[in-house]
Amino acid sequence: MNALRWLKSLNSAEQVAFLFVLLFGALLLASIVGFVYSLKRRNDGVDDETDLEGWQRFRHELNIVWVGACLFWAAWVSGPVGATLLFGVFSFLALREFITLMHTRRGDHRSLLLAFFVILPLQYVLVGTRHFDVFSVLIPVYSFLAIPVVSAMADDPARFLERNAKIQWGIMVCVYGLSHAPALLLLEFPGYQGRGAFLLFFLVMVVSCGQMAQYLAASQLRRRPLARRISRSFSMRAWWFGVLIASFVGALLYWITPFKVGQAVVMAFIAAGAGSFGALVMKALKRDAGVHYWGNRSSITGAVGLLDRIAVMCFAAPVFFHSVRWYFKLPL
Amino acid sequence: MSLAASTGLFLAALARLITGAQGHWKGCPPMAEQRIYFANHQSHFDWVLIWAALPRELRAQTRPIAARDYWTGSPLKTWLTSDVFNAIYVSRTRSTPDEDPLEPLVDALAKGDSLVIFPEGTRSNRGEPQSFKAGLYHLAEQFPQAKLIPTWIDNVQRVMPKGEVVPVPILCTVTFGAPLQLQPEEDKRAFLERARAAVMALKPGGWRE
Repeated sequence: MNALRWLKSLNSAEQVAFLFVLLFGALLLASIVGFVYSLKRRNDGVDDETDLEGWQRFRHELNIVWVGACLFWAAWVSGPVGATLLFGVFSFLALREFITLMHTRRGDHRSLLLAFFVILPLQYVLVGTRHFDVFSVLIPVYSFLAIPVVSAMADDPARFLERNAKIQWGIMVCVYGLSHAPALLLLEFPGYQGRGAFLLFFLVMVVSCGQMAQYLAASQLRRRPLARRISRSFSMRAWWFGVLIASFVGALLYWITPFKVGQAVVMAFIAAGAGSFGALVMKALKRDAGVHYWGNRSSITGAVGLLDRIAVMCFAAPVFFHSVRWYFKLPL
Repeated sequence: MSLAASTGLFLAALARLITGAQGHWKGCPPMAEQRIYFANHQSHFDWVLIWAALPRELRAQTRPIAARDYWTGSPLKTWLTSDVFNAIYVSRTRSTPDEDPLEPLVDALAKGDSLVIFPEGTRSNRGEPQSFKAGLYHLAEQFPQAKLIPTWIDNVQRVMPKGEVVPVPILCTVTFGAPLQLQPEEDKRAFLERARAAVMALKPGGWRE
């Protein structure tokens, strides 16, 4: 109880600082344990193929958490302008990866310029200036209607719907989805000012724990894949396991959010569920494009694209953001 | 740093921002030896991509070819090609019948510079590269010590199609293949066909129409 009182006695900036110390400490610990374990494996001469794959998965997931944590920290220390800019750059890079694999035609040039150089910056300006009412409709309404107009002007009817759908999907996932991360940082809860970082932290934590739990479950449980041709590891049972773990983590973390315990559990459930299904959708898109990773097709280093790392967030963030706003009836 | 050098760095950074400009050294490592890179040609951006993909210390002695009539058309173009990129000017039209258009290239190679040439002669948007012009064969004949590196520039036609001025950000790669050598007794046509096939084979995911 003393610890809790001490926590309460800190001001919000100090609480956030404490949160980061905890977060990076825990990550460091996890990485050190992982490193020691890998040394031990090497000494024992463990050379099991499937085991190795699971191990790489784990490291991959741990890396995602690291990247997320660093992003989150950078977004926080740089304030509203910095956070908006930072995520804007990430959106740009992700959209670049997405469009690269989507085989657009010459007639799409102007639409792509519109997407990259008008819609993307505009969306982030709206976030940075807290125009949340326009921000949430700019892409689903205005850009979805404007892109086909520009495409039609290019006078190329071949596969018109398909080409537009590709561009719009790219914008939806890479720009609209991701722009909700800085929006969470800037969301103004009554009586909760200056603590947007906790909300984003809650989301990232819940979603990444859910993903990790789901991967573990998928490797342990032998279950029928939900969609065999898209992902061999995605099963409903693993999904439930991941989402329930995420809800549990959400309950543990409720005290850093404006939610009560029950609300935190439901919010965590929604976010992790959306993120996990989002990952499946992105996998389907990759299968369609015939690649294993986003990023460059001819990559010989096996480097994983940025989009692989943030795809889950791209789906979880908007759902989380809008359910929070709807439930708490936050003003626009 | 001079203005020309910083402009070169700036253009390389810009190319990275827009296209990623990744260099994949599949057949050979980047090395300070005399080389002739020969690549498919789709856009004015091609050379900048290769420039950005090369390690910084190799850029100064790796020189592009520029058509004299076009690239000396304005002071800016002249400055870009001569000061920033150290290009070799080639005339597309012969002023006298016995003028050898390859002469400036031969001079540069004799000095020990590396070259980047686009043996199709012109930009093509058809997907499949056009057949190669004979210049590559003559250079290979005269400079057997220079390594001939096939190079494939991927995706760049999507970045800035002909007639557009603003580039769209799309990832591009430059793949450098294994050095080629002119075989003894190999005739011109066979060599050029082989060189073209070597370039096409580097296309990521294999060649397909």
